[in-house]
This record gives sequence, structure tokens and C-alpha cells, in this order.
Amino acid sequence: MTTESTTEKPKTKGFALLSPRAGAAFLTPAGLLVAVFVIAPFFWVIFVSFTNRTLLGRTALNPEFIGFGNYLTLFDFDNFFQRGQFGFSLILTVQFVLFSALLGQALLGLLLAWLIQTVPPTVKRITETFVIAAWILPEVVIGFAWFAFLDRDQGTLNMLLTSVGLPPGDFLLEHPFWVIVFFNTWRGAAFSMMLFNSAFSSIPPSYFQAADVAGASSWQKFKDIALPLIRGHIVTDLILITMWTFNTFTPFLLTNGGPSYRTELISIYNYRVAFRDFEFGKGAAVGVIIMLINLAFALVYLSLGRKKRKA
Amino acid sequence: MASVEFKNVSKSFGEFNAVSNINLSIGDGEFVCLLGPSGCGKTTSLRMIAGLETPTSGQVMIGGDDVTYLHPKDRQISMVFQDYALYPHMNLADNIAYPLKVRGEAVAKRHGRAKEVADVLKIGNLMDRLPSQISGGQQQRTSLARALVYPSRVYLFDEPLSNLDAKLRLEARGFLNHLQRDMGMTAVYVTHDQAEAMALATRIAVMDQGKIVQYAPPIEIYRRPATTFVANFVGNPPMNLVPVDAIQGDGQLQLRAEGLAIGALPMSNGIAKALETGKTLTLGVRPEHLLIATEGSPNKVSGKLFANENMGPESLVTIERGDGARVTARIFTDDHIQLTEDVTLSFLAEHVHLFDSTGKRIPVDNEAPLA
Repeated sequence: MTTESTTEKPKTKGFALLSPRAGAAFLTPAGLLVAVFVIAPFFWVIFVSFTNRTLLGRTALNPEFIGFGNYLTLFDFDNFFQRGQFGFSLILTVQFVLFSALLGQALLGLLLAWLIQTVPPTVKRITETFVIAAWILPEVVIGFAWFAFLDRDQGTLNMLLTSVGLPPGDFLLEHPFWVIVFFNTWRGAAFSMMLFNSAFSSIPPSYFQAADVAGASSWQKFKDIALPLIRGHIVTDLILITMWTFNTFTPFLLTNGGPSYRTELISIYNYRVAFRDFEFGKGAAVGVIIMLINLAFALVYLSLGRKKRKA
Repeated sequence: MASVEFKNVSKSFGEFNAVSNINLSIGDGEFVCLLGPSGCGKTTSLRMIAGLETPTSGQVMIGGDDVTYLHPKDRQISMVFQDYALYPHMNLADNIAYPLKVRGEAVAKRHGRAKEVADVLKIGNLMDRLPSQISGGQQQRTSLARALVYPSRVYLFDEPLSNLDAKLRLEARGFLNHLQRDMGMTAVYVTHDQAEAMALATRIAVMDQGKIVQYAPPIEIYRRPATTFVANFVGNPPMNLVPVDAIQGDGQLQLRAEGLAIGALPMSNGIAKALETGKTLTLGVRPEHLLIATEGSPNKVSGKLFANENMGPESLVTIERGDGARVTARIFTDDHIQLTEDVTLSFLAEHVHLFDSTGKRIPVDNEAPLA
């Protein structure tokens, strides 16, 4: 039956939308913008991180090249873990990512996504709308909404608590870390939920029906069928929300990084050093380190993506 | 094994009535096919037995128990899906053994049982493969193995062969028939392929627009179709249906239509009753009962040759009558018949089916039982 075909197919190059010259012409403006606003600052920051440049004073005009001086200050292990120091912010950020991104957003998103698979379409749509609303509102609006919600004297939460007879609290002062963890979970769970929701929806319903008929419980269907089939989505989600949460600046709107540096995430620390203390050199060094950490995440993400494509 | 029964079951999706008030009784050990065109409610009916749909009203019984609102997992049933629903991340052993896994069987035991079933279905050597690494026919048998691996009261099949190519479908059909003879299982089998239904079923329920039109053994469906719908749906090619004017006189019935010359038929009570509602009847003759006419045959239909499709052992000869309607005959090619432009076909009076103006079959007086 098989017919031997000896003629090799010509290698098709795909079709061209534009001639090379026209394509280059269209690319040039974008390329220039990227060069000016992304690539140049990238190298500028690396350069500045090796100087003692500041906003004011002698070093503002004539910054000196100080080698790894800034980096050594950051990694000075005498006070590395003290509040307001680089190490403290780094560890705080890791905890923040762990609680608000991995445990909060991903787990809550997964739970919500799984639960809305079985509810009636109207309930599903309403849930989606509310969760997405939390996600698409501008950060500043949300920041102040939460600030108003948690305020000690006029806040909505304390009003609710006192009305049911519970003692009010000054959450922003007493539990600032948990406030921003809760805030970030609330804010970001929508993304995970939508991602997992679409992943679950892409599983043919007959898989679950076959399991139903075979006698599987809800938990067995989740564990044996749903989870293994969306593993790729879970990895993507974890990497993305880890990167986003690691770099987030929005909690600054709630707590200003305080009280006494207790919510000073690495991005807020970077901002304080560079634009409040005006130590440009040291700030640039922090920026470079954050960049390296992000680079590591990105490499993991890309390598996983490549592995998926091969499989 | 157990019986299945529908009692006044209806199911609607919003405005659409998928199934309207059906009653169906499937005996223990019977293989019943739900046959009909797409959208006739056959799959919905099957899914109500499985518990994947809940009836809007009525009762579904399995083995005498009311299971109308029971969850699928509590019904002790097996189901084979049209798309097989094999889990792409599990190898064949795990796929087949999954129903045992959810029942808490140990790995060794459940894989042993899966292997036994797989060996019977001749896929025992593929247990380490993933579903994507085996052929369509093997996937089909894997999903069958998963349905057979645990004891069930009823086996449900939702068009299980429709994704296979023609040759594999015949092979799988023969195997299912063998399995049914071997196990004597109670099975409900949904299909739109009349040949599949004829070949497999002990009884066929022909469905149309949410209703059961006829529920009878295959031979009866074929020989005594209850309506023109059944006559037209069962048989390949379908029965020729010709509208005829009926003229009654002298205790005889004359039928008139373009290109048709048919001898007088004896009157019967059934015909007399049918004529009360309308003078236009439908005459039906199966293609396999039509022959190229020779001199002296009493019943003839003639027209211009429209198509002559040679299928090997037989030819499908289609003629177009004067009014544009077509009649198809299945002629054995052994007969070596030369066809000219004008073709006349003949048939025996005993092969005539008559339907009244509403499409219902007119029974013959003293109808002999079908053996």
C-alpha cells in the first residue's frame, strides 16, 4: 500500500508579509525607542551601581568609581538582617511571595477555579466578574480603597467588627505584614483563577464523566485527572505570579513600607534608597541584584517552556 | 446485570424538548440500540441512564430501583464514550484499572485484573503505552476494557464506533456482538448507523424528535416498519416511498402514481380505516425487492435511468420517474442485465408496504408472526 516517494519536498520559507527593507523600516522607530528607554538605561544602571553617585553634594557632580563598594555595603553581614537593611527586605520579600503568591493567589485561585467548574453558569459568571474586578481596577484606587477599609477610626472593617460586637483593631500598625499579604492575595487571585479556569475548561468533559461513571469522588477527579492535566499551567502560573509579586510596589500605597520598615519589600527598599535617601549608586546596585534574581526566574520559565515544546 | 426502565421520562433544555415522555423497558441481558438521527434524543436518554443528565420529569429505573436522582458513581454502571475519554497522562494499565483504583484496590491486584481484560481484548501487550501512542482501534478497545474491568449492572455505549474507519468499525462491531453473546450483558447502545443497530441489537428503539417511534426486534423493524420515518431510516439504501392515489372499488384497491403500474390489491380492514383519513397513501418497496422487469410481471415502476452504481456483488440502479421522484433498486450483478435509457422495475405484491396519510403503517389482515 505504501508508495515510496523519493522526491523531497522543497523547503518552504513561509510567506513574507513585507519585503525585508519595508520590514526594517517599520522596525526602526520601535527599535530606537527600545534602545533609548530600555537598553541604554539597563547599561547605565549597571554602570551607576559601581559609583557613589548621589543627588546632592560633591558626588552628584563628580561621582567616583568605587568598584564593588555598593554591593559590599548591601551584603555587609554585620547588619544584613536588621530592619531597613537589604537582607531584611530580601527575606521579607521571600516570605511575602511564599504567603501571598504561592499560598494565597495560586492556591485560592486553584480552589476558586475548581469550585466554579460545577456551579450553574450564572453563579460562575458572577464570581468571575467580582474576582476580575479586583484585578482590573487601577492599583492606586485599590490601594486607597484598602487603606480606607482598614483605617482605625473611620475604616469600614472596624465599623463592621464593632457592629457585631468584636473589638476593633489597628491592622495597619499591628499586623502590617499580614495586611499586605492579604491585600496581594485578594488582588492577584483573579489571574490564577482565570488561568486555571481556562485550563480546567480545556479538559474534555467526557474525562470527568467517565470518572463519574467509574465511581470516582470529587477529590479523586481533582487529584487523578484535573491536576495532572493542568500541570503545565500550574508551573507557568507559579513562575509568573512569583515574578510579579517579587517586584510589586503596590503595598507601598497601604503601609508606606512601614511601620519601622516592617513591610519594606525589596522594591520599596530600592525606591527608598534611590529616591528618598538619594543614594543613586547604592540604589542602582539594588536594582542590578533584583534584575539578576528576575533573570534567574525568567531562565527557569523559559527552559520549562522549551521542555514543554519538545515533549 | 439488571433491567432498565424509563417511566414517562421527559428532558428539556430550556425551550428545547430533547426527550418527550418516553416509556421504554429493557430486559435483563438485552442489547438495546437507540437509533435515530442526530438531535433525536437518543444520547440524552442514554445519559439519563448513566446519571449524567437528570430527567425533567419521570423515573429511570435500574434493576427495579428508582435511580432518577442517583449520582452516576452510585449506579454500578459502565459507559463507553464516543471520544473514548482515555486519560492522556496515564498508560493503558492505569487507564483500564482506574475504576478499580477509585474503589481502593491495591496496585498489583488492579493491574492484574486490567491485564486479564486487556488480554481478552488483545491489547495486553500495550499496557505501558500512553493513549496517544496507540491506534484508534486500540484506543476504542482500551475504553471498552475500562468499562469491562469492574462488575456493572448495565453497559452503556455512546456511539463507540463512530470514530473508527469503516473496516475497523466492522471488526469492532463483530467483536461487540461476540462479547454480548459471551457475557449476556444488559447493554444500551446509541448509534445513528442503522446497520450497527441491526447487527448488534436484540431490540431497537427508533427515535425521532424526542419520541420512540418503534421499539421492536431488528427483523420486525426491517420487515414491518411502523412509520415512513422508520422505513426511510432503516435499510441501505432506504426504502423507496412513493405517494399514491388510492381508488377503492369492488373490494379491491387500485393505486395510481406516475410511472407506476400495480395490480389491484385486496381490500382489508386496515386499508378501509386508513382511507377514512385521506385518499393519498404511501407505497413502500425496499430496493432489494425490486428487479429488472420481464414480460408479464404485474407490478411495475418505470422511468429514465438516473444512476447505475456498481458495488461489486450488486448494483444500485436508480431511475427517475416522470414527476422527478427517484426509485432505487438493488440488483445482483450476476444477472448480467443490459440497461437501456428507459428502465422498468418490478416487484411482488407481498413486498409492498402501505402507509396511511399520516405516515403510519397499514397492517395487513391476519399478519403472520415473525420468526
